[in-house]
Amino acid sequence: MRSFAYQRAADPAAAIQALAAASAGNNPLTEAEIQPLAGGTTLLDLMKLDVMRPRAIVDINPLSPAWATVSLENGNLRLGAMARMADVAANPEIQQNYPVVADSLKFAASAQLRNMATLGGNVLQRTRCTYFRDISYEACNKRNPGSGCAAMDGFNRTHAVLGTSDKCIATYPGDFAQALIALDASVDITGRAGTRTIPFAELHKAPGDTPQLETTLAPGELISGFTIRGRWPRSAYLKVRDRQSYEFALASAAIALDVEDGTVRDARVALGGVATLPWRARGAEAELKGQKFDDALAERVAEIAFEGASARSHNEFKIALGKRVVARALHQAVTMEI
Amino acid sequence: MDDKTNPQSPSSFNRRSFLAGAAGGAMFPLAARAAGPTTTTIPSTQDPTLPVPVTLRVNGHDNSLNIDARTTVLDALREHIGLTGSKKGCDHGQCGACTVLIEGRRVLSCLTLALSAQDHEITTIEGLSNGVRLHPMQQAFIDQDAFQCGYCTPGQIMSAIACVKEGHANSDEDIREYMSGNICRCAAYPNIVAAVKQAAPEILSG
Repeated sequence: MRSFAYQRAADPAAAIQALAAASAGNNPLTEAEIQPLAGGTTLLDLMKLDVMRPRAIVDINPLSPAWATVSLENGNLRLGAMARMADVAANPEIQQNYPVVADSLKFAASAQLRNMATLGGNVLQRTRCTYFRDISYEACNKRNPGSGCAAMDGFNRTHAVLGTSDKCIATYPGDFAQALIALDASVDITGRAGTRTIPFAELHKAPGDTPQLETTLAPGELISGFTIRGRWPRSAYLKVRDRQSYEFALASAAIALDVEDGTVRDARVALGGVATLPWRARGAEAELKGQKFDDALAERVAEIAFEGASARSHNEFKIALGKRVVARALHQAVTMEI
Repeated sequence: MDDKTNPQSPSSFNRRSFLAGAAGGAMFPLAARAAGPTTTTIPSTQDPTLPVPVTLRVNGHDNSLNIDARTTVLDALREHIGLTGSKKGCDHGQCGACTVLIEGRRVLSCLTLALSAQDHEITTIEGLSNGVRLHPMQQAFIDQDAFQCGYCTPGQIMSAIACVKEGHANSDEDIREYMSGNICRCAAYPNIVAAVKQAAPEILSG
């Protein structure tokens, strides 16, 4: 790990001030030379791998009391960005009213990592693409723009089939983000100019020609919280992986439904493990709305969710697997007791 | 635009200006606690070329150290304090061998900076026994033969204690799920589950 200057921010104002110089150099957020440290589970890992090389770290953990509150008021859920994954997953109100949120957190990582990682850091978690994480591979457009993509013709079994470009097929690794995008969450972003609020769907960027630009967050800005409007008790997160626990998704689905007398009134479908960014399947949602739910509908919806998917040599199976995950998750959500 | 393509860019980061900006013009970071001109909350700053003084409270004892800012809690424990019970397996948060409790919560000491752990109570495997009697979870691991080579065992035990206290030791399935962050290369998993079940009632009643 390269050396860095460490400082601890006592409160949000101090953090924003300490991070202000991060915008110098016009680097993408992930290359900014000053990085905030929260749970550290991604940042310190990637610093040890020499993938991230900040020259200064601002420890924002003292912001936890101010930015870690979780509240459910007037049917809206507000999640502070410094809340730890484990605490939110264990919250009975969230388990009852937003099972997709609780389960997306519960099925992620390990108990230790969930105790450490914050919600804000979690959505910014970086890809597990081997060629990105191992700097001995020169070709990585995300890490080294313009160098090519070693995954294209490499071992790409875990790579994305949706939202890919000819520059990058790295999978977005998180789970919680799928719940947020499915439920139309908004995200509060705090910086020197104050706090701005954007739809969560506008936080992440598809790789396109610039896979090094992963989010619309600017250097020096911090995620301060998330808001989900309305309750979604009929919601589920299904995650399929190579082992039963403590593994990234090969394919996952975040589903939220409003069903009355067997007819779907509203539907949300988001996919994980198969796309380069948190992925909302709007075509699939449109197909569900107003329909009587049955097996045929679930299969049709699953087909639509993967329209336009494109595989490389080792990840073709993800398209078939992903469709089955969508269909099974829909069944799970429709039949759950609420 | 990526600044890596032009390392000499005049806009690129400069530690001197960072320290000055963050600490109100103070050049020597260890003395940089004076209030800046526009704010009252000045974060501490530190020169990466100098060791940093830090006090870690481990198993009830304060340890004053001078360490590189990059030092993790795991390396501070093993290399500086001499507590080698916590093990370094992967050093990347994937194996759980380094698990310790910080303020009673199980965390990975390999992904926690020692500087971040200041002012917090750290409990390691060495802090479990009172010197006469083993902790119930330690005893259960012996009784159930819950290890073979033993390298992952300190992390398993620390994690298992937290697993019980979190209320996740109610079934075999629950224990397997909530102990999944601790990998055992010898695959002693069935015995580890048995050990957690054995110790759980005593821990919860104690």
